[in-house]
Amino acid sequence: MAVDVLVATCLGYVVLMFIVAFAADRAALRGRVKWLDHPAVYTLSLSVYCSAWTFFGAVGYATRSGLEFATIYLGPTVVFAGAWWGLRRLVRVARMHHVTSVADLISARFGKSNPLAALITLIAVTAATPYIALQLQSVSLSFRAFTQEADPVAQGGTALWVAAGLALFTILFGTRNLAADERHHGVVTAIALEAVVKLIAFLALGVFVVWGLADGPTDVVGRIAKATAEDPALVQGWLLKPDRWTALIVVSGIAVITLPRMFQVMVVEAADAERLRMAGWAFPTYLFAMSLFVLPIAVVGRELLPAGSNPDLFVLSLPLSQGQNMLALLVFLGGFSAATSMVVMSAIALATMISNHWLVPLWLWLRRRPDGDDAEDLGRFVLNARRLAILAVVGGGWVYHQASGGSAALAAMGLVAFTGMAQVFPAMLGGLLWRGATRIGAYAGVGTGLVLWMVLIFLPSVGIGATPGFPQGVDPLAGSIVLSLGANTLAFLTLSLVSFPDPVERLQGLSFVLAVEPEGPDRAGGDTARSAESLLAMSRRIWGADPALRFFQAEAVAQGKSGFLPDLTPRFLTRLERRLAGSVGTATAHAMIGRVGGGTGLSVADLMEVAGEASRAKEEARRLETARAELARTARQLREANEKLTELSVQKDSFLGQVSHELRTPMTSIRAFSELLKLPDLPEADRTRFAGIIHDEAGRLTRLLDDLLDLSVLESGGVRLNVAVANLHDLVDRAVNAASATGTGRNFVIHRDLPTEHVAVITDTDRLLQVLINIISNARKYCDAPRPELWVHVRRRPDRSTEIDIIDNGSGIDPDRQALIFEKFARLNDPMRAGGAGLGLAICREIMTALGGDITYLPGQGGAAFRVSLPHRPPLKPSASADAPNACGGGGDWNE
Amino acid sequence: MGDQTDILLIEDDHSIAEAVRFILTREGWQVAVIRDGGEAVDSIRAQRPRLVVLDLMLPNRSGSEILADLRALPDPLLARTAVLLLTAHGDAVGTAAACGADAGLAKPFANDELRALVGRLMH
Repeated sequence: MAVDVLVATCLGYVVLMFIVAFAADRAALRGRVKWLDHPAVYTLSLSVYCSAWTFFGAVGYATRSGLEFATIYLGPTVVFAGAWWGLRRLVRVARMHHVTSVADLISARFGKSNPLAALITLIAVTAATPYIALQLQSVSLSFRAFTQEADPVAQGGTALWVAAGLALFTILFGTRNLAADERHHGVVTAIALEAVVKLIAFLALGVFVVWGLADGPTDVVGRIAKATAEDPALVQGWLLKPDRWTALIVVSGIAVITLPRMFQVMVVEAADAERLRMAGWAFPTYLFAMSLFVLPIAVVGRELLPAGSNPDLFVLSLPLSQGQNMLALLVFLGGFSAATSMVVMSAIALATMISNHWLVPLWLWLRRRPDGDDAEDLGRFVLNARRLAILAVVGGGWVYHQASGGSAALAAMGLVAFTGMAQVFPAMLGGLLWRGATRIGAYAGVGTGLVLWMVLIFLPSVGIGATPGFPQGVDPLAGSIVLSLGANTLAFLTLSLVSFPDPVERLQGLSFVLAVEPEGPDRAGGDTARSAESLLAMSRRIWGADPALRFFQAEAVAQGKSGFLPDLTPRFLTRLERRLAGSVGTATAHAMIGRVGGGTGLSVADLMEVAGEASRAKEEARRLETARAELARTARQLREANEKLTELSVQKDSFLGQVSHELRTPMTSIRAFSELLKLPDLPEADRTRFAGIIHDEAGRLTRLLDDLLDLSVLESGGVRLNVAVANLHDLVDRAVNAASATGTGRNFVIHRDLPTEHVAVITDTDRLLQVLINIISNARKYCDAPRPELWVHVRRRPDRSTEIDIIDNGSGIDPDRQALIFEKFARLNDPMRAGGAGLGLAICREIMTALGGDITYLPGQGGAAFRVSLPHRPPLKPSASADAPNACGGGGDWNE
Repeated sequence: MGDQTDILLIEDDHSIAEAVRFILTREGWQVAVIRDGGEAVDSIRAQRPRLVVLDLMLPNRSGSEILADLRALPDPLLARTAVLLLTAHGDAVGTAAACGADAGLAKPFANDELRALVGRLMH
């Protein structure tokens, strides 16, 4: 077949993949993820397990070692079909912690330790580089099978083009966003499509071989029997080498979980853990279909192709030798799909690990600053680090491919990678199941496994050193696997037993093993608002302005503080750290929150969480410390309460004096002016004006007396509630009108969200109206903005209580006065006195208490901000005349 | 004398200030009014009135603080400016003596009381 046809087909296929990935990304961006999130897409993406090594290599493997190739399919089958619920738990825990890679998972479990993650990244990169080289080689070789090009070095050009194209694809679709959940819809969809191509190609070839070249299944079985007679190992491998088979099944069962690309598609890209319900049967089915025709192709290929043909290329050379060029082209595309999907997914997974566990920590360390502002530009750095890492990973594979001269040694690299990544499994499984597992244990296990794997498996496979001799009768590969994994597990268990976990480890251990959300540490303290702002600034730089703001707003709403920065509650900090972990990895996120949030890690408070399962001595010491902190806190609260009491009692003592003062002031004017009225020579204009002043001052006196009377009734608790149902919208309308009708103050631009105001409230509507009028009038009197504006926000809470926030854009109330504004005569000494005696807010508070609600001042909102909270129903009181609710306001539609 | 201020009235309540100014102006005095305690001493220094009628409870700076500041001024003539203290708290004479005012008047007062006290202090 002409090379240009092949190249054109290839390019067309690549363009198709770009289009599919692009379309899927766009659909995801528009929120149309329904079909992208289908469990079938998820299951197909899992087939990234079937790399070129299995696509081409399975037939070669079968030609050389018979049915042994099936172990590579059996391991995953056992794991998925037999333990899908276990995988589901893994996915659930990992998603809960926003884990970004297998290294991140283990690091997160063992106290968010970055060195541990860096070590696992090292294993992953070491194991994957030759494996990626193998994929590039398979593409080169399959090109060669078409072109009959003899010189393998000339194929370096092919490998380079493929590598460059894959790097481009991966960078384009793998680093589009830094979104916290790290999902890549475009890539996953393209890979799911490639999975279909792989399967169709392989099945088509199988059908052609069984029914086209052989005479149907019966004939094939006969041929297999004949071949088995010549070479008993072909189908009796299990009986001949049980140790090797078992080891291979175990290793491939582990690798299907721990290989970076598998972890990426199975855990990181999973929308939720329920996908595994379908994958549990569908993925083994896929594997079965892929393996069904392996042995027939191998046996028929051995018979028909000339001796010395490369069995790894039987899948291509068989149809080519029969002149089936179109079928060969399809098979070529299948192999191309297998190779490219593996490289792309591995590159994404490894690049995340390299950037999150090597480059970002290094960057943070190099740019550490005392003010904790080191998040600057981090978002951009992370993306660039990831792109660089993709280039490095794919480039490394290509360099390795060139250096190894395209030798057959690469064929063994699949198993080498499997056994390498298997070394993280003891720490992973132990971490998920056993609370006693510790970081020291994980280091010991992973470290031991890494060293033994290097010495026993990896170095010999690249030609350094030799496979050590095992006793007669022991298969070297099985021996190496058992030895490395065994020593790894033993070191992990032993050192976990003799070492103590630190608090972060315990907390994480608890969360991982029980698969529950942990309540995070109490890291509040310091200037809350400033810290929240710096956290927002940091998140902005990482996620971009809008997503960060959305997250903070949603958190604030969840705390019942809509429109404001959330409090730095443990729950909020934990959620923020998880989200950040999705972008920069668990350990880094933990360090960043610690630095910006001002805390250094876990405080005494979290030890309460993990108490009861710790060594008694440590426990006791910490309990003492907790008690001491508790004592200090109580003492501080007492002191604060005392200070407030003193201040209040001073006020209370002078209450009579204040009443007297407030009464005497209008009386002074009244008396003076009424005497002046008696002057015979007083001009008529003055007479009228003075009479007006007397009238006004008399009114002021009356209001003061009314307020005093109102307050004393409210305070004595003898208030009668006149409960009615009303539309809050109408009440706000009336309050705004009433407040505007009073002469004092300037007019406002009032912002209201009318639809939310249409809620029914069951309360004493006149009393509520009184409170609303008071707050709005105060805003009119005191708001000092050049263009006064007022916002009214109404919110119905899930318990059907209602919150009304009234906020102006003035300079608000001094922080040191906020605690006193609800006290009687608090306005005294206020520079901005504007009539009234300073009883309004005290009355409001008494009214809201009587209504079963509350009125509070919301600090730090720019202007003066009050929140009126109203319960669903007022408290039942014998005196309340609630028996005849009369609709009040009327007119509006209620959204009860 | 022209615009020379005879009496500086420091009172934050609009109606009371108007009443006092009206009464004293009718007696033939030049009366200036300020409402803010914070600018009181500066105004006294600038206008050099012969008498200050001072309310005890003022925004920003209370009457007693203003009195203390006034009496501590380096210029002996200014520091000895006559002060009539108006107070809405019971014992006006005692409060006035305690604060260092020359006389005290309790609110509410009879207009004649005010005229008599001011007349005495101005001579």
